[in-house]
Amino acid sequence: MSPNPMLFGALLLVSLLLFSVGCYRRLSLVTLGQPDQRLDNPALRLGRMLVHVFGQKQVIRKRFGWNHAVIFWSFIILMLANLEFMASGIIPGFTLSFLPAALHHALLFAFDLASLLALAAVLVAFSRRLFFPHSSMSSNYVKARSVEGFLILSLIALLMVAYFGLHGATIAAGTEQGAAAMPVSGLVAALISASWSGSLASLALFFWWLHAAALLAFLCLLPASKHMHILTGIPNIFLASAEKPNHQPREEFVKGGRYGASTVQQFSWKDLLDGFSCTECGRCQDACPAAATGKALNPRQVIHAIKTNLLSNAPSLQIGEPGVMPLIGQEGEGTTTEESIWACTTCGSCMSVCPVLIEHMPKIVKMRRYLVQMKSSFPEELFPLFENMEGRSNPWGIAPTERTKWHGPMEVKAFEAGKTEYLFYVGCAGAFDSRQKQATVAFATILDAAGVSWGTLGKDEKCCGDSLRRLGNEFVFERMADENARLLKERGVTKVVTQCPHCFSTLKNDYRQYGMELEVIHHSELLARLLEQGRLKLNREVGDLGKLLFHDSCYLGRHNDVYSAPRKALELATGKAPGEFSRSGRESFCCGAGGGRMWQEEHQGERINLNRVKEALEQKADTICVSCPYCMTMIEDGLKDLQAGGTRVRELAEVVAEGLRKVSSAVC
Amino acid sequence: MLVVACIKQVPDTTQVQIDPVTNTLVREGIPFIVNPYDTHALEEGLRLKDRFGFRVAAISMGPPNAEGTLRKALALGADEAILLSDRAFGGADTLATSRVLSEAIRKLNEAEEVGIVFCGKQTIDGDTAQVGPGIATRLGYTQLTLVDRIEAIDPVARKIRVRRKLEGRHEIVEASLPAMITVVRELNRPRYPTVPMRIESSEASVQLWSNKELQLDEQTVGLKGSPTWVSRIFSPEREKGEIVGDGMSDPVGSANLLVDKLLGRDLLAI
Repeated sequence: MSPNPMLFGALLLVSLLLFSVGCYRRLSLVTLGQPDQRLDNPALRLGRMLVHVFGQKQVIRKRFGWNHAVIFWSFIILMLANLEFMASGIIPGFTLSFLPAALHHALLFAFDLASLLALAAVLVAFSRRLFFPHSSMSSNYVKARSVEGFLILSLIALLMVAYFGLHGATIAAGTEQGAAAMPVSGLVAALISASWSGSLASLALFFWWLHAAALLAFLCLLPASKHMHILTGIPNIFLASAEKPNHQPREEFVKGGRYGASTVQQFSWKDLLDGFSCTECGRCQDACPAAATGKALNPRQVIHAIKTNLLSNAPSLQIGEPGVMPLIGQEGEGTTTEESIWACTTCGSCMSVCPVLIEHMPKIVKMRRYLVQMKSSFPEELFPLFENMEGRSNPWGIAPTERTKWHGPMEVKAFEAGKTEYLFYVGCAGAFDSRQKQATVAFATILDAAGVSWGTLGKDEKCCGDSLRRLGNEFVFERMADENARLLKERGVTKVVTQCPHCFSTLKNDYRQYGMELEVIHHSELLARLLEQGRLKLNREVGDLGKLLFHDSCYLGRHNDVYSAPRKALELATGKAPGEFSRSGRESFCCGAGGGRMWQEEHQGERINLNRVKEALEQKADTICVSCPYCMTMIEDGLKDLQAGGTRVRELAEVVAEGLRKVSSAVC
Repeated sequence: MLVVACIKQVPDTTQVQIDPVTNTLVREGIPFIVNPYDTHALEEGLRLKDRFGFRVAAISMGPPNAEGTLRKALALGADEAILLSDRAFGGADTLATSRVLSEAIRKLNEAEEVGIVFCGKQTIDGDTAQVGPGIATRLGYTQLTLVDRIEAIDPVARKIRVRRKLEGRHEIVEASLPAMITVVRELNRPRYPTVPMRIESSEASVQLWSNKELQLDEQTVGLKGSPTWVSRIFSPEREKGEIVGDGMSDPVGSANLLVDKLLGRDLLAI
């Protein structure tokens, strides 16, 4: 076997050049995006990279992901083999045999095994694509790109076949050092010896060139394909937002300013890098409640559209001209429709399943910001919401003077700095929504029973602005956040407890951008703590709720990682761990009301809340326990729509407060 | 052609309280809003601006703090905003108010011909629905009230055709311009201001016209020019209700109880 070093060297050079140019042409487009600081908290970033890249954390959450993990690890191992191969192409006869024999043999064994595993995994992937196509492979614009998937898989398979052909031939010819360490190649060698009567040297040469051709073709194709993720995925994970949830950056409201994103270059560079990191695996699409219920939104398509739009408009953008292809507009491969932008519930499930930590939700909100703030184009139902929020600081436009009506006969103290420990931030639903008011009273009763020092802002409390921020009305949100920050500072508030996960997340995370470093806890956390510490003594075990399922709220669970506190509280109150939805915890299915969807109609597809309620009914739930006022409304409505009178909804605080009732009264 | 939208700043009536001693509105701490019907009046003016390129002027008579209301009109796209504010205008009834507004419109007409004056059908504080017709009368404009659709406008022939929403029927009327039109909510859906417009309007100037500009006889405006005055204002007493059942734990029983109660007082027709 004597490959032609001149010829291979020239081909390698051309391939490397094509590869570099391809990478440069794509990745340089990322610089068209807006600045974004993504190097804070390096320790967290590094750790996350290890877990997600080398640990394949998100990938293997799906059963099929193990196949990817095998290919990934084979690739890592075979990278060394391929370096050796390329070196041998330029310096004939080069091998790693200069290494200590034991190490060299261990490597040869690893290469042999990795090649076999990779080949097997590729065959599995092939058959999956051919015979068991996943639902997410059939969405718009995906079919055409499926060809690309087959092409890449074929190249990998070819690489492995060539690897075994080459080493089988050299072993058969007796020219392979360390043949004993290569059992699979040894088998191939036996096969060749038995069936090949020609020259073993020319067979080895053939496989050598086949291997070279596959390798170089892979190199050339890589930057232009979705397999670019093997280059961008790792940095993308490192550069993913260190904030949880992924924050929207603040906007600077100045004369002549432009807000949100209606063109690709109004996204941040990281948003654009996300586009090049997407492998189109479809996990986001599978997890999306809007996509699952037949809405226009497909989170994968949103990311793909940004990438396609960037590539298509790049020639004009790079010379400072506007792009021709609209980012928001009629259905198209590089365009996202307004309808799909409004369909997002900002539940975050797309982001929580993405193997390369792409941030879908902030991009959708950026486009909403453009639509609301630059075009005043939004679903009609949002008009009264925006007016009510701005005029009366609550979604329904109810007079602020009615914020304390939930008190009824209860004595509710005003928060006083130095005297009161917790500010109980009641929230709009807690103060105005007749059903949620019952949960408010239950929670307040518990606080008193446990001797917690608490107070409220009474009629001075304002809406936190969550819906506005998720809906892209950043201008009005900013006013509300500023006003709230001023009020909370003025009153000397440092510790806040909320019952609404939206208030919770907004005060805790979003308000940090407004200089508020508050200690914010959700009532589920306080309830669990009070019960665990024995500060809250229940009179009875709440046992008459039948089969109880706990429904995770997106803004409590996925966005803030509070999963165990409500479960703990339920366990301590009822004496047994709550039942789980089949989709629970980080895979919980949205109620349909987040991201301002609470205030909009669902015109398309199945209603999201019905989807969730059906799940509970299939599991024969008697009680659905919620910890969010939006979930309360949506799930109660869903039960009513399905005429499921046998199943009731209870707020977590209501369940715990039941335990405060005297034992005797529980009997009647 | 100039289109004038008359807008009024009113107390947010859902939050109004009446001082039981003085029988006047408790104004302290009450937020003010734009009279909801007037937002539709302004919107229609802005739509005509979009369609025909007319200029839109928003005018309001009120105290100096009504400037915010006019600024909002600028944010929505009005070309100019004029606040008619003078101590002499204070305490005006509908007659005196329509005098001041008419005089302002007359003055605007000197600079650019006024084609249409839009007013809300009424305000939510006074609820008289008299100011619009008062303006039409004083200026000699065609009076078209309760309009829920503009059917056609011919700026050259100075003609307008509108649909009026009357009780149980609609009426389509053709009239000549200039016209004073009062509008109902069904006419349109007001727009939402874009952020650039909001930011620009925060710097734009609202013109302030006092009686120096209008030169009206002080005996004919404000309290002095108002033949009507409020002798007493009160909220009707409401009987306190009672809680009759527990709908949460016994919805069926409570519903039955409620039906029985309603039937017992002959409030349900069967």
